[in-house]
Amino acid sequence: MQFGLNESQEFLRDSARKFFAGECPMAEVRRLMETDTAFGANLWSKLAEQGYTGIIFPEEFGGVALGIFELILLMEEAGRALLPGPFFSTVVMAGTLLDALATTAQKRKYLAPICRGEARATVAFFEAEGSWDLADVRLTAANGELKGEKLFVPDAAIADWIIVVAQNGVFLVDSKASGVRVQPMLGMDLTRKLYSVRFDDVPGEKIGETAGLARPRAIATAALAAEMVGGMQRTLDLAVEYAKTRKQFGKPIGIFQAVQHQCADMYLETESARSAVYYAAWALQHHAPDAAAAVSIAKLYASDASRTVGNRGIQVHGGMGFTWENDLHLYYRRAKASETTFGDATFHRERLARLTIDAEVVSERGA
Amino acid sequence: MDLNLTPEEVAFRDEFRVWLQANVPKDWAEWREKPLEESFPYLRAWQRKLQEGGWAAVSWPKDYGGRSATLMQQAIFWEEMARLEAPPMANALGLGLIGPTIIAYGTNAQKKRFIPGILSAEEIWCQGFSEPNAGSDLAALQTEARLADAHYLVNGQKIWMSYGWVGDWCELVVRTDPAVPKHKGLTVLLVDMKSPGVEVRPLRQMTGESEFNEVFLRDVRVPVENVLGKVNDGWNVAVSTLMHERGAYGARLILIFKRNINRLIELTRKVQRNGRPAAQDPILRQKLAQCYAEVEIMRLNQLRAFSRITSTGAPGPEGSIQKLFWSELNQRLQQLAQELLGPYGQLLASDGHAIDKGIWSYGYLRSRGNTIEAGTSEVQRNIIGHFVLGLPRSY
Repeated sequence: MQFGLNESQEFLRDSARKFFAGECPMAEVRRLMETDTAFGANLWSKLAEQGYTGIIFPEEFGGVALGIFELILLMEEAGRALLPGPFFSTVVMAGTLLDALATTAQKRKYLAPICRGEARATVAFFEAEGSWDLADVRLTAANGELKGEKLFVPDAAIADWIIVVAQNGVFLVDSKASGVRVQPMLGMDLTRKLYSVRFDDVPGEKIGETAGLARPRAIATAALAAEMVGGMQRTLDLAVEYAKTRKQFGKPIGIFQAVQHQCADMYLETESARSAVYYAAWALQHHAPDAAAAVSIAKLYASDASRTVGNRGIQVHGGMGFTWENDLHLYYRRAKASETTFGDATFHRERLARLTIDAEVVSERGA
Repeated sequence: MDLNLTPEEVAFRDEFRVWLQANVPKDWAEWREKPLEESFPYLRAWQRKLQEGGWAAVSWPKDYGGRSATLMQQAIFWEEMARLEAPPMANALGLGLIGPTIIAYGTNAQKKRFIPGILSAEEIWCQGFSEPNAGSDLAALQTEARLADAHYLVNGQKIWMSYGWVGDWCELVVRTDPAVPKHKGLTVLLVDMKSPGVEVRPLRQMTGESEFNEVFLRDVRVPVENVLGKVNDGWNVAVSTLMHERGAYGARLILIFKRNINRLIELTRKVQRNGRPAAQDPILRQKLAQCYAEVEIMRLNQLRAFSRITSTGAPGPEGSIQKLFWSELNQRLQQLAQELLGPYGQLLASDGHAIDKGIWSYGYLRSRGNTIEAGTSEVQRNIIGHFVLGLPRSY
């Protein structure tokens, strides 16, 4: 048994870290977040050159065909760098969905351009009266046409295709089609823009049944939790660095146990979240019977921990942590947005309770 | 990343499983609730049986009667022990902590003299480290040993000594040089507990039982050949012993936690809350799920820690959070059991209405000790802060 990275996984992680440090430094993050879409075409084509846009997709569609664990390592590094823009929506949400549900012809048409970095897509799930529970989806396709509104759709303004989860199936819509109205929703996270999307009798191409959503959504949830771990790691690193260098009463503040113990707790929370995420990725990759539970455990722990790590990180920084120029709040904002995406800790605790207390069969298909 | 057992690990597990199924005593359930004083001969006999099968000290080198088991194999060993609800071994400290220290630091004569008795449980070992004024600050200990002829003359007091009441021998840390900085004047002595001048008193703890002892040492004569390691190098010897405290034994703890959380889940289906099964109470569901998740994360943290040690030879950062994580988790888990059981939670083992023979009232009280024993949570956070994160030493 070996619960850790092998050599090629370490190589992937290290090269991703190097890539983001070079191509996506905080100055670039801040530049992009000030734009309407947080999308950088140049950065996007570099992500594609690295093969990141096709990381887990089959080679026949131009992907790199790596495993879910490799995706998780990449997302962790993306989270550490606070990668702005549509990588999560396009590759992790839409890409895994297409990979799981679409026909071969559809994959050639939609997944292949995503792998090549030529197209972007997003997934529309949440509704006004809704939740992250599939049972709460009301929008229904009639005669292949969609009518209704979706909220909290990431990166819709720069997506070529919007994949809509309806009660009676999953449908792909051309974002330029008439009857599609995309309007910004102004969220806390400045690096990942949200939109409301109205569909007025818009034709949709059926991709698959909603029952097939469990696996791509489980993968996306684990990947999001991995990204959160990356953000936590960066927040911890910044706090420790500050505690070593900032002096008060003639000493580095990290010598005071009240500060030091905050850092120790941040470390415990970050490493524990990482363990949970790594296991979820492994369980998904190997179709383990407890994969659904593992994903919920990862997301519930990461959801709470990324918030508390952020709280502690800002507290350790004192007044500096409260300023706009300090990067901590950018991670803190992302953490809050990610906390609720695909369900917060309360949502996943209830889901875990159904899998354990109610003794339903714990299986990935129940995800 | 490969969470499947290797063929060697599977072979190890299967061999032990077969042996254990054939040899584990069937009547342990009748003994386990009895006071340790009463069940101790039973536990000695069980350890002897394990030794005869070659299973008493799997982590020890083969030359010393062990199996040179890897950490993962050790974890498998404890998991199998817990899975079949096998009794613990009588000489837990001798096998887990002190034997390995003697193997590492002892002279050939010491190894020959002491190792067989540890393995066979003929000689039970205890550990004399903490003192009334040296707890977290262990190096401040004051028990002194003065050289007189070919003996050390030992005077002082030890506290929190597990197995003191039954101990034949003790790994005792003493001060041999009061003139040098505190870490540098310590020496480890192997002390015969039957020596004149050794007085053992029970220390009654808040659970009502006496797991630990106070030990008073008055002019106790210890021959110089019983120095373990070098004179005044006792700090390194003692730290080596403490390192073993966080070993594969944690694997056993995980099984116990799993069993507890699964038991709580069973209870929620039976216990009524506001006219319905507690399993339907949304708040209890939330709390149970949180505990369930954390028990699983405790297991995963440990697997990562073991893998790190196996691949790099050194404990990784994950290892340092383990004690902090499980001790605080157990307090939350025990509190959750109390909330679930309502007024029944407080009932003691001897009460006829008690649920699960009173294990939850006992567990609730006992868990307060978890964040104190084997390094307080505060000390664990200092260790993480200084040794893992590189923050300046705070003390």
